[in-house]
Amino acid sequence: MPEILDQARSQVLENGVGLDEAGVLAVLNLPDEHLPAALQLAHDVRMRWCGPEVEVEGIVSLKTGGCPEDCHFCSQSGLFTSPVRSVWLDIPSLVEAAKQTAKTGATEFCIVAAVRGPDARLMKQMREGVAAIKAEVDIQVAASLGMLTQEQVDELVDMGVHRYNHNLETCKSYFPNVVTTHSWEERWETLRMVRESGMEVCCGGILGLGETVEQRAEFAAQLAELDPHEVPLNFLNPRPGTPLGDRPVVEGKDALRAIAAFRLAMPRTILRYAGGREITLGDLGTRDGLLGGINAVIVGNYLTTLGRPATDDLKLLDDLKMPVKALSATL
Amino acid sequence: MATSDVATAGAGAAWCDRCGEPAGVGEHVACRAARELEPPRYCAHCRRRMKVQVLPVGWSAVCVAHGEIRG
Repeated sequence: MPEILDQARSQVLENGVGLDEAGVLAVLNLPDEHLPAALQLAHDVRMRWCGPEVEVEGIVSLKTGGCPEDCHFCSQSGLFTSPVRSVWLDIPSLVEAAKQTAKTGATEFCIVAAVRGPDARLMKQMREGVAAIKAEVDIQVAASLGMLTQEQVDELVDMGVHRYNHNLETCKSYFPNVVTTHSWEERWETLRMVRESGMEVCCGGILGLGETVEQRAEFAAQLAELDPHEVPLNFLNPRPGTPLGDRPVVEGKDALRAIAAFRLAMPRTILRYAGGREITLGDLGTRDGLLGGINAVIVGNYLTTLGRPATDDLKLLDDLKMPVKALSATL
Repeated sequence: MATSDVATAGAGAAWCDRCGEPAGVGEHVACRAARELEPPRYCAHCRRRMKVQVLPVGWSAVCVAHGEIRG
């Protein structure tokens, strides 16, 4: 057994104290033959500190495309030659999407907009949309609308948005290679305001943007310092027309190593499978991740790409005897 | 309204609905594979970029000239 796993067993599993950056790096550098042991330990940590339940979420794009920012992985930036066109979702369709999501047993519905930050039109759409969903659907509403002002944070709280997603995307040292139109610190400031408001903080990122293994460890440590309620873990799905459109996808074993390492850095967080898992891990890898530290999934489609059918994920959870977290447990 | 097949392989498709290049030029193997996890982006009839809305279950794509398809 590698020394780092022995250390993690006593520090993380028994005492609930996450690994630091050096510890995460050691896990990320484990040779393949020790990956099953790392995943098993991460799974034990998840079961000990989070329990067997899996939080299921659906997401929908309220405003697609035409974003003024230049996040190099994103097909929704208006600065790249991506085929994604700008489109708004109307309120009846938003409510229908929430209903479809609730039918899967999901307790979370995240409304996402491709913007730098919300303007008056988007906030109005949110106000009307959240009210309409709450009137008709039993589901928790989360939002992801970019960088916020304090007034917008307060308004989202008033609407009843219970969780706010704002990904740091990658570590501080690599961020300028991925985004040049705003800074890592600006994102951090929004997250600070969200936390102070009482909304739950959802913050993760994307692996495979060209960061080094050391920077992956740096990212896990920075997320652990933020201590978010939820960490969505994406794997780059290279999008045509974006600056990262020709990058290779993350190797499956590296993705699984990262899942284990992030769990060992953050034993109590909701660690969610987000975009890219289908092409990075496939069906078998998806199962391995759920037995390696993941305790939440986005089901159904993503914002501009498609996921596997929700029924497939729900069947997998059933096979693994992992109950879907009930709405009553999230309130 | 019609249910979309992968237009790169569909009969009568003039344009690949993923890359927007002529459907009859090349095999578009990568496009067909990618379309398993992507909605169409280009109208297979006229190559216009479509307005595409992805929903938790399904998607819709609208060409200003040829109308809406869903999947």
